[in-house]
Amino acid sequence: MTTLTQTEGTPAPTGADPFLSVRDLYVRFSTEDGIVKAVDGLSFDLERGKTLGIVGESGSGKSVTNLSVLGLHNPQSTEIRGEIVLDGQELTGAPEKTLEGLRGNKMAMIFQDPLTALSPYYTVGRQIAEPFIKHTGVSRREGRLRAIEMLTKVGIPQPKLRVDDYPHQFSGGMRQRAMIAMALICNPSLLIADEPTTALDVTVQAQILDLLKDLQQEFGSAIIFITHDLGVIANMADDILVMYGGRAIERGSVKEILTTPQHPYTWGLLSSMPRLSSDIDVPLHPIPGTPPSLLNPPSGCPFHPRCAFTDKVDGNRCSGERPALPAGRSAACHLTAEQKQSIFIESIQPRLG
Amino acid sequence: MLQFFLRRTLGAAVILILISAFTFFLFFSIPQDPALLACGKNCTPDSLKIIHENLGLDKPVPVQYLEFMRGIVMGRDFAVGPCPAPCFGYSFANNQPIFDTILDRFPTTVSLTVGGAAVFLTLGLGAGMLAAWKRGSLIDKSFSSASLVLSSMQIYFLGPVVLGALVYSTNLMDSPKYTAFTENPAAWFVGLLIPWMVMATIFTANYTRMSRSTLIEQLQEEHVRTAKAKGMSGKTVFFRYAWRGSLIPIVTIFGMDLGSLFGGAMITEQTFSLAGIGRLAVDSVIKTDLPMIMGVMLFTATMILFFNVIVDAAYAFIDPRVRLS
Amino acid sequence: MSDETTTLEKSVPQPRDSAPGEPLLEVKGLTKHFPIFGGFPIKRKVGAVKAVDGLDLAVHAGESFGLVGESGCGKSTTGRLITRLQEPTDGRILYRGKDITHANRKQLMPVRSEIQMIFQDPYSSLNPRQTVGTIIGGPMEINGINPPGGREKRIRELLETVGLNPEHYNRFPHEFSGGQRQRIGVARALALEPKLIVADEPVSALDVSIQAQVVNLLQKVKREMGIAFLFIAHDLAVVRHFSERVAVMYLGKIVEVGDRDSIYNRPRHPYTHALLSAVPEASVEEIEGEGRERIRLAGDVPSPVNPPSGCRFRTRCWKAQDKCATEEPPLVQIGGNRDGHLTACHFPEDPTTVRDEAVILDPALASLETSHTDD
Repeated sequence: MTTLTQTEGTPAPTGADPFLSVRDLYVRFSTEDGIVKAVDGLSFDLERGKTLGIVGESGSGKSVTNLSVLGLHNPQSTEIRGEIVLDGQELTGAPEKTLEGLRGNKMAMIFQDPLTALSPYYTVGRQIAEPFIKHTGVSRREGRLRAIEMLTKVGIPQPKLRVDDYPHQFSGGMRQRAMIAMALICNPSLLIADEPTTALDVTVQAQILDLLKDLQQEFGSAIIFITHDLGVIANMADDILVMYGGRAIERGSVKEILTTPQHPYTWGLLSSMPRLSSDIDVPLHPIPGTPPSLLNPPSGCPFHPRCAFTDKVDGNRCSGERPALPAGRSAACHLTAEQKQSIFIESIQPRLG
Repeated sequence: MLQFFLRRTLGAAVILILISAFTFFLFFSIPQDPALLACGKNCTPDSLKIIHENLGLDKPVPVQYLEFMRGIVMGRDFAVGPCPAPCFGYSFANNQPIFDTILDRFPTTVSLTVGGAAVFLTLGLGAGMLAAWKRGSLIDKSFSSASLVLSSMQIYFLGPVVLGALVYSTNLMDSPKYTAFTENPAAWFVGLLIPWMVMATIFTANYTRMSRSTLIEQLQEEHVRTAKAKGMSGKTVFFRYAWRGSLIPIVTIFGMDLGSLFGGAMITEQTFSLAGIGRLAVDSVIKTDLPMIMGVMLFTATMILFFNVIVDAAYAFIDPRVRLS
Repeated sequence: MSDETTTLEKSVPQPRDSAPGEPLLEVKGLTKHFPIFGGFPIKRKVGAVKAVDGLDLAVHAGESFGLVGESGCGKSTTGRLITRLQEPTDGRILYRGKDITHANRKQLMPVRSEIQMIFQDPYSSLNPRQTVGTIIGGPMEINGINPPGGREKRIRELLETVGLNPEHYNRFPHEFSGGQRQRIGVARALALEPKLIVADEPVSALDVSIQAQVVNLLQKVKREMGIAFLFIAHDLAVVRHFSERVAVMYLGKIVEVGDRDSIYNRPRHPYTHALLSAVPEASVEEIEGEGRERIRLAGDVPSPVNPPSGCRFRTRCWKAQDKCATEEPPLVQIGGNRDGHLTACHFPEDPTTVRDEAVILDPALASLETSHTDD
């Protein structure tokens, strides 16, 4: 399995270093309304060829985290602390030139909305070939040939013709395929996919998700897959990191998160969404309240204002003390292991059906 | 695409006809008799009547309009002399065919506009790009505040100040004067330098602000972020991706500005006593030279419409979504 | 209404699987073509986006009728045609037996209060310059309704019904979160005690944890007030949760309609199969690739400007034959299906959601997966 379950105790690397290691990442940006604590002490590891799913709602910090891995944040308004180590190379504070050499080459990204994420002014082929030309130094003609090859690989019909099309001449699904071709053209070892199927229809989403999985087998990239959809992540990831209010609140393998979730927020996420197989005519179990403001996050556990189980924890620990997320399979919650288990078995599991 | 331009051109023609009709009927709704000017000081009712007949003013207005329109296409003959197509009529003030006068004045306006535009486009876009590139820096801030101050200047204020400083009190330069480029390029250049600079100052300020803000807007676009995520260098991202998108609003404004400048930079020409179309418009209004007002108005409208079509062509050139739709 | 037989009881109507009696809302052959203009020198109609192309459906009192499909299938247009926000090109809309297809503003007045709409975007569908009280009271004011105890009292009651604090009467929309705004939208729809609510993607703009709150609220409203719903959504699981009967749309047409169980467990149309198999499920079976069939279509939905001849799904269908291109399959009850379960397909699938062999039409997936299994 991945290092998520291997590293115990201190995050100090033991044995083989993980391919990507994020340690105590803090991302803050100043806005007119104040300082947004977008990511607040996040640590995770990712091994080569594996997929880490990061799940969370809007404002959970999941997208910001990954923009900062690539160094795509606005340097003027953003403050970043912590370590991001990719294959032994420290990325936080690395010079822009170094990052440029890595972006699109060793690490690539796929964005949510392929219509706005592709430039309307240049052909698809040119945009796909660009990173290849830049990072390998080949000619434009060779870049174009490689772009056609990639378009074939991601299933664009008539790639030799479509390579000269502009993005607006592509359908939504085809645009996302073009994005994938662009991201994979330099055979990156790390691919970050930020809600890559959210803007797509469900049948197209299924095609794209399977395509990503199949291409991962071929290219061997490690993937960070960001989504708000637990169903999508169940399909894609080996491990899951659940984020809430800028923090990681639970991590484990897909199976662990889906079958024995430990954090009340994860419980809420799982039991609030209807499934094709769930009981009908019973009410859903929503999480009360609304996601926290990152301008003024709640004290202690960020989930405590919406949590139904704070009364099971002694004193005011939930609102006063921030629960840590230990390494390995764990949840950042003050409930004891026994409490978590009994609550889950008694009241949560029956809801999941 | 071709269809699109044909349609736009046809549309422009329709607009011109509407404008001409509108001006023509406005012309005759003015209580003053247009023939009075041509009649001169020793005007008698009899001579006025003759002028009326000569100019065709005794006919009903719709007939006059049709004759006017026919004249534009085919030319016509007046008692004062022939007026070949395109004939906009005879000026009451100087008894010249309108179109000849306009053609006579046009080179001055073209020189003024082309030179000024070259200056303000280069300086304005350059400064805007620099400010956007270094946004938040001291350069950005000083450019921004300078352009704010300068854009609130007016030519009729700045012009005399510059003239006073460079010409009247120090004699560093001669008064602005138009010499035909074909006649003496150096004199052409030197003579128009001050008007160009003064006119360009105010436009430069506006173009700086506009190009800065559209560039900064473009830099926030997702596809610009994608370009960065691909490892494109800051320069490539800026010039290839962000800049391209910022061209659309700039071209739009530039087209509008060019159209109205070619139609006559009234205040600039007035300030520097240059005899261009703008000056002609002002003079003809002062003299109530109604055929000339009509001619200048139609000419200006044509210029504006022409540049509108040019702007549309530029859109198609810049943006494939326009070109291929 | 003149027709006495259609008068609704205030008590909770029974949801029906099939459709006896006269429906509350009936739609026959509903069509909406958005014209496309072009040509030279004079622009003329050169084509049409066939957004909705001959739609039949019926919604009964108190039931929730779900309309699912992917983008461009015409489900939202259908909602706007029924609420008469757009003018149908053809077909008929009958509300309680009365033809409202082209009814003018005055004729619509009594019906407008009975058919209300909830919109997708809780941000743009509320006027930011109006207080919550004004927004919710708006429909009452327009229709000149003065409930006993005054409008304000009624508005406060409505706020309470939808789970908002009645004290927030004077607040503005921007002071509320997305989920709360959608509650305001629900309260506005309830203000006139409607009999039918057309809900167009009412939860898809909301965060996952908030969606369930709004779904539960709609469920409560439906049960307690006996309001019928035309529930339009792309999320198949949400529709299944909320609707007793479901219609699946593809390129402006209903390809399959039936009770919930038939559609979700015994689908016959290949497109319904493909849709269901594409839904990502958060379950362990899913990870292990067990259980449901796996169908991966090729490409995207074709353009509604030039929909394929015959069966519109044929260009993406694995069962398509020549007949599918020449002959449009009628929406009929196929042998073995329950009453009211209609399918428009010449070569229907077995009524199950499992299948041994995966259907992979996407060429990229097919080639990648063969090369992987060859390794």
